[in-house]
Amino acid sequence: MKTLDPLAGPIAPGVLSKTEQELRTAFLEEIDRIPGGARLNQCIQCGTCTASCPVSHAMDVTPRQVIAMFRAGAIEELLESRTIWLCASCYHCTLRCPAQIHITDLIYALKRIAIEEGIFPARFPVHVMSETFTKNVKRYGRNYEVGLLLRYFLRTKPLGLFAQRRAGYALWRHGRIKLRPDKIKDIDQLRKIIAKAETFDLPQEKVTSEKVTAAVGYESIGR
Amino acid sequence: MDTRYTYYPGCSLHATGIAYDKSMRAVFKKLGSELAELEDWNCCGATAYMSVQKTVAFAVSARNLAIAERTGDDVVAPCSACYYALKHTRVGMEEDAELRAQVEEALAAGGLEADLSVEVRHPLEVLLNDIGIPRLVAEQTHSLEEFRPACYYGCQIVRPFGAVDEDPELPMSMETLFTALGARPVEYPPKVRCCGGMLVATMPQVATELSMDLVDWAIAREANCIVTVCPLCQSNLDLINVTKGSNGPTHQIPVLYFTQLIGLAIGCTPEEVGMEHALIPPDAKAPPVGVSSRHDAPVTIVGTREA
Repeated sequence: MKTLDPLAGPIAPGVLSKTEQELRTAFLEEIDRIPGGARLNQCIQCGTCTASCPVSHAMDVTPRQVIAMFRAGAIEELLESRTIWLCASCYHCTLRCPAQIHITDLIYALKRIAIEEGIFPARFPVHVMSETFTKNVKRYGRNYEVGLLLRYFLRTKPLGLFAQRRAGYALWRHGRIKLRPDKIKDIDQLRKIIAKAETFDLPQEKVTSEKVTAAVGYESIGR
Repeated sequence: MDTRYTYYPGCSLHATGIAYDKSMRAVFKKLGSELAELEDWNCCGATAYMSVQKTVAFAVSARNLAIAERTGDDVVAPCSACYYALKHTRVGMEEDAELRAQVEEALAAGGLEADLSVEVRHPLEVLLNDIGIPRLVAEQTHSLEEFRPACYYGCQIVRPFGAVDEDPELPMSMETLFTALGARPVEYPPKVRCCGGMLVATMPQVATELSMDLVDWAIAREANCIVTVCPLCQSNLDLINVTKGSNGPTHQIPVLYFTQLIGLAIGCTPEEVGMEHALIPPDAKAPPVGVSSRHDAPVTIVGTREA
């Protein structure tokens, strides 16, 4: 995390820098559209999320701190943390949160803002995986594991490929590596659907209403 | 044919998870249920698409639901990430009118529409509820007595939409199923812990630590195989077997799909359930019921066992 320069940082309690304000607006719009986003206010900082998280030990900011930092107006630091890219989407925090905050979905919202704003932790290119994945889908309609990994490693850490050679060989020897990507027949249809859906995700088209979002996608399980 | 399902294999089952695909088809065929592969299905978006664009992630997934509605059969998605993505799309569209309108508009751009009439299901739940344990026991031809599986459920079929069990912290359905089929599942406390998922590529040190822990637990409990329900869990755990040196496991352990074990029990050959694709083949054998492959093992007629 960045150390705050008292001369440059938040000017006074409650006063936010311009970037911070912009990020906050973007984030508030995002959480407005995610399941149970409004419940963020209900966080009692109990730490159940951090305790349940299988990767919290490797995070620089724990899930509990994510919410605390957001409320303290430190979104830029949050986006620069490794935490949001370490989340493996196992939903254990979401399941156990006593305030029923959908933490996994919140982290997804942070990932989307980070990608949109281009703010990432230094020398930590995990976001490239998600971007490569979506490119794969647009290109073939399906995800081609070998191509995905090759492209990811070539773009981020070419030497990482060498480290994976044993795994790659074992899988290949057991007939589990496919040498050619599958392409769907009606790729044009999928691309049209994606292009249309993208218009709803573009920043300028974001909904700015101040409505309180219901638990989208979770009513069936009573959350 | 008893029943018909729309089969959504997902990208992994065409490559690293090929044994899951083979065993799914073999088991459903043996039980007389038809699995019709979804026509021209596309990637579900998994966990990665949601990190980039939200509405697109839903729309990509919804195309599959829209195509599935042509036949109207329930969609069976064996991969946990596919199950979660499709289910989340269906439930999300049902509950959020705004999202639904946007996704429907996107689908319309491709000449499709979705009325959300098909259900998204996981094969474990289908085998337990539609086929049922009594039927599986009645169909059993081979004994699973030599198998001591550690039943591993992983993340996304238990959380947040419980596919099979009431209790998301301690599911027991696989244990119940395999006990009924004569296997002796071990107690396996980390059964719903995360295997690391896609971190295996992006943060290998972290993912290996998580997977290694799961393997160590199984070895400590003297399981002779780990049974999984997800292609990513399977390959993550299976790849621990080829990790060498001081970081490696104390010994290797076969990692199987639950459908492979069920397949063996109901008389599919090891080839039919894709056993050759496991990096470590199981030592345990599934001899015909009543014929013990070991002299010291008692002979049990599993067919008479109470369900």
